[in-house]
Amino acid sequence: MSEQPKKPAKKKVELDPRFVNYKHVWVVVESERGEVHPVSWELLGEGRKLADALGVQLCGVVMCGPGERGAGICGEAFTYGADKCYLMQDEVLKDYRNEPYTKALTDLVNTYQPEILMLGASTLGRDLAGSVATTLGTGLVADCTELVIETETRNLASTRPTFGGSLLCTIMTQRHRPQMATVRPRVMAMPEADGSRSGEIVTVPFSMIETSIVTKVLEFIADDTRDKPNLPFADIIVSGGRGLKKPENFQLVWDLAKVLGAEVGASRPVVQAGWAELDRQVGQSGKTVRPKLYIAAGISGAIQHRVGMDGADVIIAINTDANAPIFDFAHYGIVGNAMTILPALTEAFKAHLAQAKKAG
Amino acid sequence: MHSVVCIKQVPDSAQIRVHPVTNTIMRQGVPAIINPYDLFALEEALRLKDRFGGTVTVVTMGPPMAEAALRKCLSYGADDAILVSDRAFAGSDTLATSYALATTIKKIMGNMPVDLIFTGKQTIDGDTAQVGPGIAKRLDYQLLTYVSKIVDLDLDKKEITVERRAEGGVQLLKTATPCLITMLEGTNEMRFGDLDDLFRAARYDLKVWNREAAGIDDAEMIGLKGSPTVVSKVFAPRPRSQRAEMVETVDNDPKNLAVTLLAKVFTQHPKLEKEIAKRAG
Repeated sequence: MSEQPKKPAKKKVELDPRFVNYKHVWVVVESERGEVHPVSWELLGEGRKLADALGVQLCGVVMCGPGERGAGICGEAFTYGADKCYLMQDEVLKDYRNEPYTKALTDLVNTYQPEILMLGASTLGRDLAGSVATTLGTGLVADCTELVIETETRNLASTRPTFGGSLLCTIMTQRHRPQMATVRPRVMAMPEADGSRSGEIVTVPFSMIETSIVTKVLEFIADDTRDKPNLPFADIIVSGGRGLKKPENFQLVWDLAKVLGAEVGASRPVVQAGWAELDRQVGQSGKTVRPKLYIAAGISGAIQHRVGMDGADVIIAINTDANAPIFDFAHYGIVGNAMTILPALTEAFKAHLAQAKKAG
Repeated sequence: MHSVVCIKQVPDSAQIRVHPVTNTIMRQGVPAIINPYDLFALEEALRLKDRFGGTVTVVTMGPPMAEAALRKCLSYGADDAILVSDRAFAGSDTLATSYALATTIKKIMGNMPVDLIFTGKQTIDGDTAQVGPGIAKRLDYQLLTYVSKIVDLDLDKKEITVERRAEGGVQLLKTATPCLITMLEGTNEMRFGDLDDLFRAARYDLKVWNREAAGIDDAEMIGLKGSPTVVSKVFAPRPRSQRAEMVETVDNDPKNLAVTLLAKVFTQHPKLEKEIAKRAG
């Protein structure tokens, strides 16, 4: 096309002049009583890559009460890759409430103008992201599984499952800034903390008074987590599906899990049938998991399920159907009946472990 | 009291299949249902009506076929139903949808004041959980997401107390009405509609509002124009480059299969073996 072939033709896209002042990648570092939700660190790991691709800074946003360890959280954020943290500490930000948090984050965005704003897809993150995006009139993409920068346009291409995980779609927010995205816990890898990293803390005052806030927190009843399964952070998971035929056969999953010290997971149909609790459902409509070992017994591997577990390091699948989709992405497969293979595996693991103990 | 419940008709995602060549959703034969999460919102509104009397209005934005979902809601006991339907809404993302629904609700409020707006926590097709918060912000109402229980409602004082599922616990929140509530799943069970409601639902002259009738004057706020997000690509997930390594034995005896599998996995992943031994130890 070019008349002067001396320089290689370089496609140059002019950045929309409205966007020139929008710079840097932001991650909301979500904390509750000084405890940071791990998804925030996972987001910083991902945000680091985006910031590097754009050649900008990665910034954390920390909002909490005055008595809480705000600066400590910022310090941790630096070890996970943040260059800078905006810290807002105020009495009205002590407990999460939609109204003050929406105002705080919206004000920050309007003042400092990030080009990308990411939040965890937790109950807090989803509540806040939807409100802030509407207030700012910008685009928000929920539950992203992949985030990529289009270098020439500086646009963020956000990929997410849709139609219950049957398909993936890539969504762009080309005409608005900031570009917002949420990511579910355990979808992105946890970065290694680097204790030698530090950064700049920008303390930002917040001017909202309690009497102007309509919603009041009367009480916070902390969950009793003692008997609650924590699938997203389990290292080993044994999951059962419809291939187990009867609810009583689900016990075979528990038996193997016990030998391995594993958590028990389940596919959606099995949870819907009441064989396992909702907290154990793995997949698009359940939990996203990232164990070192995932054993899927009698699970066909519908995309719905796959999006929740395909980050596992090692996947072992047992299914009677050699053509089941699970064998397309599992690492090891056995074509066979889960009802007979599961007890055999339980015995084999038991024997192997007993032997290892003797030898060790 | 007057509750407005926003619902959506969705394809039953459990039955969705993707065309292997074109990667498009094969909707044919897939039943259209009321978004299951919305039923918890509707039931909660009906329960409040049982306690306090009043009216439950159901609203949906969608194609003409969404009328079926509204009739179903009427058969459960909703009093009035409005279908907001116009080609101008095509391509609306969550921001444009929340604008259309919020404007529609303002129009409804012109006829009868609204005390509470209910939505489900999210839909099963989009899974975004963004439209509820969007409507609340546009109406400048307090937003209560993931509500598991309505503890108290005082219509005279215009106050409501709810339990809300938060990270790591439950918040007991008190706020002013009107407000918007997104109901958590599993918090109630949809009733069986009685026979009178079933007949009434079949005959009911439900309202169909186009853009103008819904009070949406600014067409720039809806459809593709009103949507900051643009879907650039839809595709099926890629299979892993390698299929699973299949474990087989001559006899395919479960015991031999299990032992062979273990040997294989542990040889290739010695770290995993240590990890498991550590836990079992």
